Amino acid sequence: MKVENVIEVIELTKTFGDFTAVNAISFEVKKGEIFGFLGANGAGKTTAMKMLIGISKPSSGTAKVAGFDVFSQTESIKKNIGYMSQKFALYDDLTVKENITFFGGIYGLTRKKIKEKREQLVSELGLENISNKLVGSLPLGWKQKLSFSVSLLHEPKIVFLDEPTGGVDPITRRQFWEMIYKAADQGTTIFVTTHYMDEAEYCDRVSIMVEGKIEALDTPKKLKEQFKVDSMNQVFLKLARNIE
Amino acid sequence: MKRFIGFIKKEFYHIFRDRRSLFILFGMPIAQIMLFGFAITNEINNVDIAIIDHSKDATTEEIINKISTSKYFTIKQMIAREADIETAFKKGKIKAVLNFEKDFSKNLIKEQKATIQIITDATDPNTANSITNYINSILQNYQQSKNKGIVVEYQIIPQTRMVYNPELKSVFMFVPGVMTIILMLVSAMMTSISITREKELGTMEILLVSPLKPFQVIIGKVVPYIFLSVINAAVIVLLSIFIFKMPVQGSLLLLGLESVLFIITSLALGILISTIAETQQAAMMISLMGLMLPVILLSGFIFPITSMPAPLQIISHIIPAKWFIIIIKGIMLKGVGMAYIWKETLILVGMAIFFIGLSIKKYKIRLE
Repeated sequence: MKVENVIEVIELTKTFGDFTAVNAISFEVKKGEIFGFLGANGAGKTTAMKMLIGISKPSSGTAKVAGFDVFSQTESIKKNIGYMSQKFALYDDLTVKENITFFGGIYGLTRKKIKEKREQLVSELGLENISNKLVGSLPLGWKQKLSFSVSLLHEPKIVFLDEPTGGVDPITRRQFWEMIYKAADQGTTIFVTTHYMDEAEYCDRVSIMVEGKIEALDTPKKLKEQFKVDSMNQVFLKLARNIE
Repeated sequence: MKRFIGFIKKEFYHIFRDRRSLFILFGMPIAQIMLFGFAITNEINNVDIAIIDHSKDATTEEIINKISTSKYFTIKQMIAREADIETAFKKGKIKAVLNFEKDFSKNLIKEQKATIQIITDATDPNTANSITNYINSILQNYQQSKNKGIVVEYQIIPQTRMVYNPELKSVFMFVPGVMTIILMLVSAMMTSISITREKELGTMEILLVSPLKPFQVIIGKVVPYIFLSVINAAVIVLLSIFIFKMPVQGSLLLLGLESVLFIITSLALGILISTIAETQQAAMMISLMGLMLPVILLSGFIFPITSMPAPLQIISHIIPAKWFIIIIKGIMLKGVGMAYIWKETLILVGMAIFFIGLSIKKYKIRLE
């Protein structure tokens, strides 16, 4: 059976003046895959991701996300993806329920669908008692789980997570990854950037960006064999040193 | 459309759950109009004065009587010697001293000439000026009533009539200014802060990744403030009609439409500021320094533009508030219609289009 590619990127480049932030990267992501997008700060991860989610225009190259072109069909892309940024961007001055209703609304869900999703989500996350509390009063870990669930509200084909686990404790990170697995099992493709190398081990495949280029791309197991080391952390360090 | 309503609802949650915005939106207009209406005033009422009367005759008594019965002055003390004037002023209780020369009546009859010295405390020049004018006119009145029936050769009697605001109520001058400030504040500052807030929190990014188009996001953020600004304008007009008895001579509808035009111009400025400012703090500072100060100083609200130096007069032309103040003064006080204010209206329309265009362009550049 041929596995469908939900993201196809060929020679995608973004320049700002003389500076090349993303330098001709190519890769594809399969349906239902957890794809780790790694790199040091400033390696071009976020810029690359912004092009894929349709808020930044590529300078050259081609890319298709969920079957739509990043140059001409950003509107269709936006309908088919979910996005969660490193800032857990929910509204602190809205309640849990209001946040869910609002984000369901801007994705054009019907009122009935929103209500159904809201009830399901609140009970799954165990938020029954606090669903009318302002999000600002919740602990960070809960906000983050809620934020991830909200990005899945409209049942997107792909969800983009930009350093989703920054600043939370290991237990919450573990729970968060369980949620990611669950979503992937249900057929959602996960595209996740991180700089926690232990998290890279949880991904089906990872790519490592250094200075705007993808320097390695494979399953964590094969990458470790290729670089003859035992952890992704060492793979990453080796790569970074080679470049220097 | 349904998405849009959800968006606006969310915007109202933000506004109503933030005490600071609530205060600026509803507390400020009322506080300002009351402050300008009651406390800050150029009018003269019950000013305390002192008198030195060296003649103590019938004429001086009559004049003193006239002055003390007017509602403008209260005679606080009688001073015996010139040397005590200084002390009286220094105590700060009195604002003016009237000094009648010796043999006032006698001189008047013999030489047809007598002198009163008016000394005012000019630490506050505006008040000092007004006091002098008021006293002069009381004296002139007295003189005319005395001269009745007597034919005097070559006499010019000026007949002054103050139109549109005969009682010279300063609140008539302040209402248009305060209305302009409030609309500017609510429309430009509040929207720029609320847009930069989403940028700061990272929610703007989420909104841009959603199927909402960028212009829908901006319109969604702006619509609640149009609504609130219109309410504010109405509150100010009602307050000035019912509390300060300020008449609205012209059409209320026209006043409303012109206000909406000015609100739109200010909103466009607010959006423009939000494309420049990265943080709420910066947005607030730019709004206050870049918009509020010029509105207060250069719009003709407090200081008349015609008496400014030429370069400042030129600068005042690019301040939207200046034109709006001319428009609402015309409508409220003079009762003029479109025929008299089409030029100012056109200038505001032009500015609105310019600022909207500029902010769309800036906004697009940011998205690239």
